[in-house]
Amino acid sequence: MSSRPLDTSPAISDEARYTTCYMCACRCGIKVHLRNGELRFIEGNRDHPTNKGVLCAKGAAGIMHHHSPARLTKPLLRVGERGSGAFREIEWDEALSIATEWLDRIRNDDPRKLAFFTGRDQSQAMTGWWATQFGTPNYAAHGGFCSVNMAAGGIYTIGGSFWEFGEPDWEHARYFLMFGVAEDHDSNPIKGGLATLKANGAKFVSVNPVRTGYSAIADEWLGVTPGTDGLFVMALIHELLRAGKVDLDYLVRYTNASWLVVDNPGAADNGLFVRDGDGTPLCWDREAGATAKASSVDARPALTGRYDLGDGRHAVPAFQLLAERYLDPQYAPDAVAERTGIPAETIRRIAAEVADAAFSEAVELDVPWTDWAGRKHDKMVGRPVTMLAMRGISAHANGFHTCRALHILQTLLGSIDVPGGFRYRPPFPRPAPPGPKPAGKPDQVVPGKPMGGPPLGFTTGPEDLLVEADGTPRRIDKAFSWEAPVSAHGLMHLVITNAWKGDPYPIDTLFMYMANMAWNSAMNTSETIRMLTDKDPETGEYKIPRIIYSDAFWSETVPYADLVFPDTTYLERWDCISLLDRPISGAEGPADAIRQPIVKPSRDVRPFQDVLLDLGARLGLPGLVKDDGSPRYPGGYPDYLVNHERKPGVGSLAGWRGNGDEHGRGAPNPGQLDAYVANKCFWQDELPADQLYYKHANRGYLDYAKRMGFIDDAAPIVIQLYSEPLQKFRLAAEGHGVVQPPEQHRERVRTYFDPLPIWYPPFEDDANDEARYPLHAVTQRPMHMYHSWGSQNAWLRQILGSNRLYVPATLAAENGLADDDWVYLTSRNGRIRCQIRVMQGVNGRTVWTWNAIGKRAGAWNLDDDAPEATKGFLLNHLIDELLPERGSGYRYANADPVTGQAAWYDLRVSIEKAPVQEEGAEPQFPSLARAGHPVPEEMAYVGGGKVRS
Amino acid sequence: MTSLPASTPPKQLGLVIDLDTCVGCQACVVACKEWNTGGYPAPLSDQDPYGADARGAWLNRVHGFEAGEGADGMTVHFPKSCLHCADAACVTVCPTGASYKRDEDGIVLVEEDKCIGCGLCAWACPYGARELDGVSKVMKKCTLCIDRIYNENLPEDERQPACVNTCPAHARHFGDLADPESQVSKLVAERGGFDLMPEMGYRPTNKYLPPRPRSGGTGCGGTVPALEDADPAGGFLGWVDRMLSR
Repeated sequence: MSSRPLDTSPAISDEARYTTCYMCACRCGIKVHLRNGELRFIEGNRDHPTNKGVLCAKGAAGIMHHHSPARLTKPLLRVGERGSGAFREIEWDEALSIATEWLDRIRNDDPRKLAFFTGRDQSQAMTGWWATQFGTPNYAAHGGFCSVNMAAGGIYTIGGSFWEFGEPDWEHARYFLMFGVAEDHDSNPIKGGLATLKANGAKFVSVNPVRTGYSAIADEWLGVTPGTDGLFVMALIHELLRAGKVDLDYLVRYTNASWLVVDNPGAADNGLFVRDGDGTPLCWDREAGATAKASSVDARPALTGRYDLGDGRHAVPAFQLLAERYLDPQYAPDAVAERTGIPAETIRRIAAEVADAAFSEAVELDVPWTDWAGRKHDKMVGRPVTMLAMRGISAHANGFHTCRALHILQTLLGSIDVPGGFRYRPPFPRPAPPGPKPAGKPDQVVPGKPMGGPPLGFTTGPEDLLVEADGTPRRIDKAFSWEAPVSAHGLMHLVITNAWKGDPYPIDTLFMYMANMAWNSAMNTSETIRMLTDKDPETGEYKIPRIIYSDAFWSETVPYADLVFPDTTYLERWDCISLLDRPISGAEGPADAIRQPIVKPSRDVRPFQDVLLDLGARLGLPGLVKDDGSPRYPGGYPDYLVNHERKPGVGSLAGWRGNGDEHGRGAPNPGQLDAYVANKCFWQDELPADQLYYKHANRGYLDYAKRMGFIDDAAPIVIQLYSEPLQKFRLAAEGHGVVQPPEQHRERVRTYFDPLPIWYPPFEDDANDEARYPLHAVTQRPMHMYHSWGSQNAWLRQILGSNRLYVPATLAAENGLADDDWVYLTSRNGRIRCQIRVMQGVNGRTVWTWNAIGKRAGAWNLDDDAPEATKGFLLNHLIDELLPERGSGYRYANADPVTGQAAWYDLRVSIEKAPVQEEGAEPQFPSLARAGHPVPEEMAYVGGGKVRS
Repeated sequence: MTSLPASTPPKQLGLVIDLDTCVGCQACVVACKEWNTGGYPAPLSDQDPYGADARGAWLNRVHGFEAGEGADGMTVHFPKSCLHCADAACVTVCPTGASYKRDEDGIVLVEEDKCIGCGLCAWACPYGARELDGVSKVMKKCTLCIDRIYNENLPEDERQPACVNTCPAHARHFGDLADPESQVSKLVAERGGFDLMPEMGYRPTNKYLPPRPRSGGTGCGGTVPALEDADPAGGFLGWVDRMLSR
């Protein structure tokens, strides 16, 4: 048949506009095509530094996100019981007046009675500042239940971390170790990076209990037992030390390996660094036979030995302590093999391969550079071993130490910010840890006044904690207390529990944004729902008196709010991805971005950030009003983005400041947003070649970073193998200093604040009888979905409409289980029913499922018989937010004892086949009254085009 | 009965899909749906999109499966769309002439005005690459984004199928497989690209690149020697001292 007439050059669209995706947290640049005012096509922005033109399934499904029938349409005021879904639609003015009345009262009484937690917020620089202006320390976003172990472990060790803070050098790496990476964290750059590695013939090893996604294309998959990654990493360290495969020059130059540690057991200075009168850490100069400033260029520092300080004290180099720790036989491959599930010979081989790649295949770039001390180097030399890790190692109660161990492994190889290794993304590196400290001490919280600093920060010792004189936590989530002293992201997962209990004190208003805390974002979902609706029998009032919530969709949480602010979708708003918050920089240079409204909302909804600024002005919050009391940012969030200055010349956006020709620092520029729009909604500054590596010690880069306002001081950033802040907390627990933990927490702090990484079994292991709950249970996110947003999407839910429990084939055989069987999965916290699929590629002691597919009937405007509700299930019901009682009767959070990171992946379960005819997901809850837009029975989306012209 | 081109088309446009880098992310699947539902010709409709049995027409799907047992096995992600076969049974079986293979580039298309939705072509296709649209009741299949690849309204480097443009792992390649010098032909030659089910005899144009062998090797030069103690006599710390005294 001959060819037939066909228009092969139709118009693509009427108009294409650029903005930033928000279908997950990866924040890719997108080009949105419009036809007749409708969304025709969303594709990746080819010029964007994050995704370079590609786009994932979530991004492409943005059209259906935008058209979701679950979108809220109007502000809502609850008129029935909480959870009934009975609301009255109200006007914005009424909604804002009600909120103003509620909040004004508590601000002038005790501002801590407002707990403001913003979930998966990408405007934390603004929302945190708002909390400061309000005067409450009770603020955080979702980091505490996401990956704060990873972030804090990195920040306290290398002054950076993965994802927003750093990336593998895909181009030059020869060997790549990936640990437990969640797909939505930097998803497109990772996929592109893996392709680059493969094209270059580098080896890719995935350490993950489950062989899916990235792990499926790894050259080698190591199905590690959940929670034991730290042991595996320490065994690699053991092997590298044993064989002398460490980069001593790197350690001397760029780390605190040579810093002397006081060896004075029982004394108040034991384990602290030896410092001179200026506070500068000292090393032992082997040439001079005396102490010298550790930063001295001329000293020849010792890394081993024990030295007499001449004042009755002795000291040892930090490296000596590190070597002693990990050379211990308890970290030998043979000692960890059984526990990790990785054979000793495999561990030894991986260590040998890593050493070979690092030291036999060193990368040399002919790029001269100058270090912080002015020494000139004619080459950039790198160790081409790189690593990446995320929630899989982070969401364990031992995650902080595991993350630190991982960074120490990288550092021993000399592969931090060198060719082929890990690379910082500006504004990182920052000092390990950077300022500021969290605010919220008694003198910083004053009714009617702003707080004396930001609510989140980095503690460096007991004096930075937010505790009362008796050690009681000052924050509702107990962040920065003895229970989680380094909780840099707060503990959103404890807010509802603590507020319900009134522990450490009752609050008045819980104000949340974009976190599905009555469902998939909560541990112990059933109990959380009960807490949200529980009343004081004496007063008849809810135990959490008021709940304000903002969401764009009819999620499971909306029906539990008293007042609902309907948000827009990401295509209907101005927004900002700021260097002050979670930047989109790459190793090649800092970058930030905006969102611009692509379409106008069809509903009576407002961007949450606009609402917050309006509310703040109505409350008369300092910083949000002018001297005459009028709103400081009458133009809403875009006005704030352009005109707010965090410090002189530094604002939300770094590009096109001043007259439009200044970047980083500069006066507010009224034309700034136009400049961003003209540049496809992002700004990027490309570093010169001699600043692309060794950023932590690179004169040119450090000067640049100071000029840009990234760091206050251009001093080198020294990698902290040995963490002195941790030792300070430990000393307090041992009875030193003014601020000491209450007796009940003393032993715990002493145990877990080891200045060198330790491994201990996840607390759930202790809390459970191994024989009764022999299995680990974990979740991961499908590549094409992001939380409950993805599983409500008309296109994406066709790809995955219900989740199965994946069961290792060996385990299935032992238990007589086959595909499609229904099983009961039981933990110490409860029991669920779900359907299984047998799988080969999973650790033999682990079952797993996809996260956040299961939905509550009626939520998200899906039919009650949608598979998400009838077959989809959550593991959340099985996970207790608290650990069982300890000796004292106290129940700690089910979290990391250092950072408070929610220990999602410590769950232990047992499995049994459900009797015949017991089918369908359990537990089930009463259907939520549906709300939103009419739901079509059939859909033929044409994106503003005509059907068959 | 519809005829195939009388002579071999001068070009054989198709896809080369790299199973070594496909992570199964579904980006190509959704980009395809998104582009084609609003493009040439009738939309790709969805039935019961918010209900119990959500389903729709898709031109490209990714299947995931496991091969082999235990840790020695593999997880494979397998994207599948029309392979634009040289001997396309879906064309010859078509009773109305709706299904056809283009003379100039070998792309297999459906002329929807002529399609009666009888489903014979889908039955004839051994790859399951055709889906009947629930609203228009015409057969839908991959067009290789024929409204993109020649589209003069697009910059030249964007004249690729939507799935290729979007693939984050760069696992999808588009080009002329009749030209041995094309990038796709070279990839097939270098990487041992293969036909899907060649024994069926349909001579698919699209090719798949196999996963490279999963092995314990380093990938950067074979087996490496085991690590020896740095200093069997003085131990590691002795070695450190010696190194620092150089």
